[in-house]
This record gives sequence, C-alpha cells and structure tokens, in this order.
Amino acid sequence: MEPFERYRSIIDDFDAFLAACERPLGNAVRINTIKGSVERTLEALDENGVAYEQADWNPRVLRLETDSPGSTWTSFHGLTHGQEEVSAVPPVVLDPQPGDRVWDSCAAPGGKATQFAALMDDRGTVVANDNNLGRISALRFNAERLGATSLAVTNADARTYSLKRFSFDEFDRALVDAPCSCEGTIRKNPDALDNWNEGHISSVSGIQKGILRRAVQATREGGTVVYSTCTFAPEENEAVVQHALDTESCRVVDFDLGLEHSPGLSEWDGETFDSSLERAARIYPHQNDTGGFFVAKLEVTAE
Amino acid sequence: MSDNDGQRFDRLPATAAERSVEGRASREEVIDYFEDRFGIASETFADYTFWEKGAGKIWIYAGEAPTPIEIEAIGMTCLRTRQEHWKPTTDFAQRFGQYATDCVIELDREQARAFAAGEDQDLEWWDGDWGYLIAAHELAGDLKPLGIGLYVHGELRSMVPKGRQRDI
Repeated sequence: MEPFERYRSIIDDFDAFLAACERPLGNAVRINTIKGSVERTLEALDENGVAYEQADWNPRVLRLETDSPGSTWTSFHGLTHGQEEVSAVPPVVLDPQPGDRVWDSCAAPGGKATQFAALMDDRGTVVANDNNLGRISALRFNAERLGATSLAVTNADARTYSLKRFSFDEFDRALVDAPCSCEGTIRKNPDALDNWNEGHISSVSGIQKGILRRAVQATREGGTVVYSTCTFAPEENEAVVQHALDTESCRVVDFDLGLEHSPGLSEWDGETFDSSLERAARIYPHQNDTGGFFVAKLEVTAE
Repeated sequence: MSDNDGQRFDRLPATAAERSVEGRASREEVIDYFEDRFGIASETFADYTFWEKGAGKIWIYAGEAPTPIEIEAIGMTCLRTRQEHWKPTTDFAQRFGQYATDCVIELDREQARAFAAGEDQDLEWWDGDWGYLIAAHELAGDLKPLGIGLYVHGELRSMVPKGRQRDI
C-alpha cells in the first residue's frame, strides 16, 4: 500500500481508506434488463436460493452472496452480469437515451457498453471499440450473451478513431473509461500495485489525454462525454480533464450520484486545476465498501 | 452474381429477386424461416436488419450502419445458413425464443441443468418435429429459453457452445 502514501493529504480518514483497501471485495452483478425485468430476475434468484443485497443507489446493481456467481441460472440466461459496483457508475452518469449514438472508446470486456444498450432499451447505436484484439473476443462474447443487438464492435486506436466507417459523423454521447494504473482495483486484484511507478502514471496519462480529446471531437455540440478511471492518481484524472478543457470545446458539468464520494481536486503537487473540476467525483473504497473510481461529466460546447 | 466476401458485413437483400451474391439468404427467407419453424411473428423483426459475414453466418442488428462495413461485429449472430438445415444460435434463442410458439421443448429443472452443461439426453416423450428446437424451462414464472437443441431419434442434443456451457 506504499504508493498510496502520496494521497494521505487528500483522502479523508486515510486510515479507514487503507483498511478498506486491504479487505477483499464481494461479488457484484448488474441486472441486464435486455433479457428480463428487475423484478423477475430477483424472483429467479430467490427461487434458486441465491441471497443478494440491492444497492441503494441503483436497483439494478446487486451484491450476491455466492462464491460462484457465474454458475447461476440468472447468469446462464444473461439476466445478470458480473460487474463491480463502481463500474456501473459511468453509464448511469452518461445517461444514454433510446435512439442515441453512443461511443464506448475503450469498451472491452463490455460491461459498460452492454449497460448502455440496456439503458437504451437496446434501441439506437452503441459503438463498442477497443484497441486490443485479444480483449475484443471477450467483448463480443459478453455482448451476445447479454443479447445486445444495438451494439457494433470495432477494433481501433481510440486516439485516432475514424467515423468514416459509419453512416453518421458524430456521436450524441461518448465514454472514455480509460486504461489506467488501476489503483482502485486493489481489493479485487491484490497484484494491482506490483508494477506501480510514477513513470507508468505519466506514460498512461498521455494516452488518456489523446483518447479524451478524440471523444470530445467526435461528439456533437451539446452532447455528453464521461471520463472515468479506476485509479486515484490526479495525473490520470483531474489533469487529463484539465487538458481537454485547455485544448477542446467543452466544460465540466454537475451530476447527481447516489453514492458517497469526494469532490474532484482543484490542485495537486503544485499544479492547479479549473475550479469546475470539483464537480467531478472521487469514489474511495471506504465510503461505500466498493472499489475506487473517478468520474467526470463533460458537455461539448460550441467552438 | 458475385461471391461472398468473408472480411466484411453485407446487409441481406430484401428478397431473393434482389440477390447479387451467390447463395446468400434474403431477409424475407430469414424471417419466413423464424416464422415457419418457430412461430415467431415476422413483425418481431420490423426494427432489425440482417447481415452476412463469413459463409452463411447471419447477424441481427438494431443499430445504424452502411453496407458493406468492415468491423468486428454487428449486433449478434443469429443463424447459420449455407448448410442443409439452417441452425439458429444459442444467443438468438435466448434473446428471441420467448416469442416462439412452435418447436419449443419444455424441460424440467434437472433436464435444463443437463442441457446447460452441454449434455445429450433421451427424451422419448417429445412428439413434435425433429430437427432444431428451442429448449426452455420455467424460471420465476416465465418460460425462459435456454438455447438450441437438435432432436433426432428420441434424443435431444444440446447445441450450447462450449464457452456458454455451465454446471449450475
């Protein structure tokens, strides 16, 4: 947990944070409403003796009391999908509507992309992209298992993404759930910090900036872009959004979140950020007994 | 007539008369097949397009796309044509099987478990058609489709692909 010392000054109740990071995470699943209603899925779990707790902030997110969430009837039917609780946050913040054109720039293995399709009643176009061909097969497997027919899969570098392949030239909404140093996944993956170093943070932040800029460019004026990571590093979070504010036409907007969280930072390590970055959300593991996450919501503005 | 290009998705022609690629199924034939074989009303597919990529691999899609298009996937695979008997996919059966009224074989819980695990089983009591059936079982008051089974000579063979099989 040594790398986390750099966050001692920005995290309230730092000892509780460290203690939470040492506790393993339980099994969470999302109810996939493409395949069935929330009520019937809960009935199916009850009928098969699988205990669960419904998240207060989102009735479609469940904490399951089973060691093998993949060996349930609801999983076989694609009624539930294993997805960490905080990972279900960015799609809710992006708030896609039926008929929208949505881009998921870093989509594999597809939990959030299929959540978009479900939120859109599987109507509209979800373009799920990933640059890693190996991870595309997991994305396709999940999309088909969950019955998402509104989803198209592409394999390209999101930083230079071309819409020429489609019959439209801009998206209504885009998600940049960026590749990151994954510090917030320490409870799920105890090895997450093994290869941690500040050099890695700085190289990955360059990629994040490139993808977020492209997402803003590819989204129509008045459209929405959500930027999220599963890490705490301000270099990968506020600094990346600040770069988009400096180079593209967009602004940070407020959103409601039914989970405990802290505001985004207005300064870090001698660098100051636009005060609107306080509208972003930092979700820490000790606040809701989840993994860690960062989410910022942007509106694309006129040039 | 040209040949099928396995690298790209082509939208199916509306009817056989509009066919320009040798051996390609038409949208009308696909919808007729689902209606004739499984009793799925043709209106069910009003908002969907059908595509071919690979020899006889048919995909169902609800989003926007030009034809042809070279991407990794478009909606979900739903049907295999270009073989003696057309064969729907497990994922299609799970997604659209609830609308079927014919060739649906209802399994009890133990039989459903065996089916999900990919096992073949003797089910002499089925007196409906032979061939590809939609296997289903009751879950929380609904008849929920499990996937596609091949019924011949008193035996139901599970067609659930290896990666989708589960011991429940």
